[in-house]
Amino acid sequence: MVNRAQQIISARQGHPSRPSLFKTLTGSAALLVVLLLTLGTVVAVGTHATVGRGFTPADWAAIRFTVTQALLSATISVAIAIPTARALARRRFRGRQVMVALLGAPFILPAIVAVLGIVSIWGRSGLISDGLTAFGLSPLNIYGFSGVVLAHVFFNLPLATRMILQGWMAVPAEHFRLAAELGFTSKDVNRQLERPMLRAAVPGAFLLVFLLCLTSFAVALSLGGGPRATTIELAIYQALRFDFDLSKAALLSMLQFALCTATAGATLALAKPTAFSIGLDHPPARWDGTELSTRLMDTTLLLTVALFLFAPLVSVILRGLPPLFALPPQIWPSLLNSLLIAIPAALLATALALALAALITELARRTRAAALLEAIGFLALAASPFVIGTGLFILLNPVVDPFRLALPITIAVNATMSLPFALRILLPALQRAEDHYGRLGASLDMTGLTLFRIAIWPRIKRAAGFAAGLSAALSMGDLGVIALFAPPDFATLPLTMYRLMAAYQMEAAAGAALLLVGTSLALFWLFDRGGRLDHNIR
Amino acid sequence: MTITFDRLELLQGEFSLTADLQIEEGHKIALLGPSGGGKSTLLAAIAGFKPPQSGRILWRGEDITNTHPAQRPVTLLFQDHNLFPHLSAAQNIGLGLRPDLKLSRTEHDTVARALARVGLEGHGPKRPAEMSGGQQQRVAIARALLRDKPILMLDEPFAALGPALKQEMLDLVAEIVDAAKATLLMVTHQPEDAIHISDQTLLIANGKAHAPQETTALLANPPEVLRNYLGQ
Repeated sequence: MVNRAQQIISARQGHPSRPSLFKTLTGSAALLVVLLLTLGTVVAVGTHATVGRGFTPADWAAIRFTVTQALLSATISVAIAIPTARALARRRFRGRQVMVALLGAPFILPAIVAVLGIVSIWGRSGLISDGLTAFGLSPLNIYGFSGVVLAHVFFNLPLATRMILQGWMAVPAEHFRLAAELGFTSKDVNRQLERPMLRAAVPGAFLLVFLLCLTSFAVALSLGGGPRATTIELAIYQALRFDFDLSKAALLSMLQFALCTATAGATLALAKPTAFSIGLDHPPARWDGTELSTRLMDTTLLLTVALFLFAPLVSVILRGLPPLFALPPQIWPSLLNSLLIAIPAALLATALALALAALITELARRTRAAALLEAIGFLALAASPFVIGTGLFILLNPVVDPFRLALPITIAVNATMSLPFALRILLPALQRAEDHYGRLGASLDMTGLTLFRIAIWPRIKRAAGFAAGLSAALSMGDLGVIALFAPPDFATLPLTMYRLMAAYQMEAAAGAALLLVGTSLALFWLFDRGGRLDHNIR
Repeated sequence: MTITFDRLELLQGEFSLTADLQIEEGHKIALLGPSGGGKSTLLAAIAGFKPPQSGRILWRGEDITNTHPAQRPVTLLFQDHNLFPHLSAAQNIGLGLRPDLKLSRTEHDTVARALARVGLEGHGPKRPAEMSGGQQQRVAIARALLRDKPILMLDEPFAALGPALKQEMLDLVAEIVDAAKATLLMVTHQPEDAIHISDQTLLIANGKAHAPQETTALLANPPEVLRNYLGQ
């Protein structure tokens, strides 16, 4: 409703100019690329899926495992995220900013690095198992279902916390002020303010986590595996890589696509803006939650969550430092390959997102097609890298050896996977810039690229830098489609790291992990920094 | 029976406001002065939303400087955000009786009477978005009526309303304050509002709150700071 009202308003305000030819062309080209990579590959896969054979019991086990672990991971993540976000929203303490910022870290942390960190704390010879064996108890086993769920909670608890915290910050400060005047207790604040907000914010967070757990690959590859802990993604990978069974991979891909599209559709429908008008940026003053019991609860919770999240990270740094200076020689070419993938993928993702966002903003003045376009942009969230990879494999196989195109294919797939996030960052920035300055620029007779260069770009540069940085970090750390296409003599840094782990060269793997994290963060920082250069606009 | 500011100092960014004065209960007092002068800050301090830099606030001789906002003897109405947008008019008023909204039958009747008292009979189920700006402020006034605090403070809640509607709302407020024998403190930019409703005026200018004076006398013979502000 809110969206539609906004569309109608902006439609009325829109200046009666022709749709820009440039925006239409670039936007359509971007749309075509996205559709080809997402839907096109699915169609290619679909032609190879032989339904007659159906799913084997092992396939069914993979399906059950995938859905169950995703449901449990999403439930646990959100269940802990709600009180954590509440504690962050109502407590002010030294290091609050740092903690909120670090909650963003697991999202750009390469999955394979996180797995290494988690194993070093929770694994058979990890910190906790050491403690247990010291007391004569048996060590933990994190391979299988529990390990996959643990790793997914590690990744998604911070994401869910940040999403829900945004909901809290969107409650106007004035509401808490009014609540204080009216004598609300913590319970009343919860009942009258927080629950309505949570009803709006939680379903979207839950579904996004569920979706990310459905398509997660690196975690399942390194902590799962075997007949009892295989996800659909992993099953597709194994069908292609080890069984050379294209028809089975195609069938599983179709299923994965259907599952993810349904979830993504529901996410898009439910992750609506809440009924609250946006208040102030800084955390509002609070007068509730002063009871000793809630203070104690919040403190304990924040400390536990911080320990759970940061212990693996610290372990990666501590264990990775010594071997960093004695890395095996195969690391360096794979680092170069990773950079050759991450940088073009980041630029491609940002360019695609910008072209799509420009077309969406343009269309929003005229039609409701903008909503559809926006949905298509987010469709890539539903696309699994392996479905895209399988599709590209099928499409390219008759023409050229797909293994020789490992690099460009990985770039294309990584760009597509980052697109939904880049779009979500760029679209609001572009819409704001157009709303505020588009008409002013048009009234000064600025058009097309001039308008963009002078009035729009300076205001979206920061968002573009952030989007590119995020895409670069995600692509740098991705252990997905490259595992499918890489010839034995070709590897990216995450793949080399995985191979070292699989060969139990944990020392070298730890060094590689630190190098990988360092490079990912450096790339993120460089792009993000680039967007802020001579940034004097507020 | 007074509100006392005992060497009160309020900081807002670079700017500071000092107040060292007494307000007698039962008056209707206008807070007049240039914008940014600290009128709203003073009200926020009385309501407990703005901790002072130094000094004390006393109510009937009792120090309330560190009292929780809900325990203070005041209701403060702002220009907006007086209502929760996701609750109905009746629920918003009911919050003044019970923050958990578990209202008894009698309490529901009380809410209905308060709605009728501000001229909104039958509007109870409406959400704020379905009401006009004036109606929304009437709902907030109805809640203030139920809370029945000895001090009602207005931080320009009617600034966005047209002149006729504003007069109407001010008259309604004056009526309610008179009936409850309450004290009214209202921020205003308009000397005519001060004359219309207040018997005393508290001039706030140059970082200082001056002791209240008779409104008519003050405006008949304004000191220089007030002359500058009024443009005379």
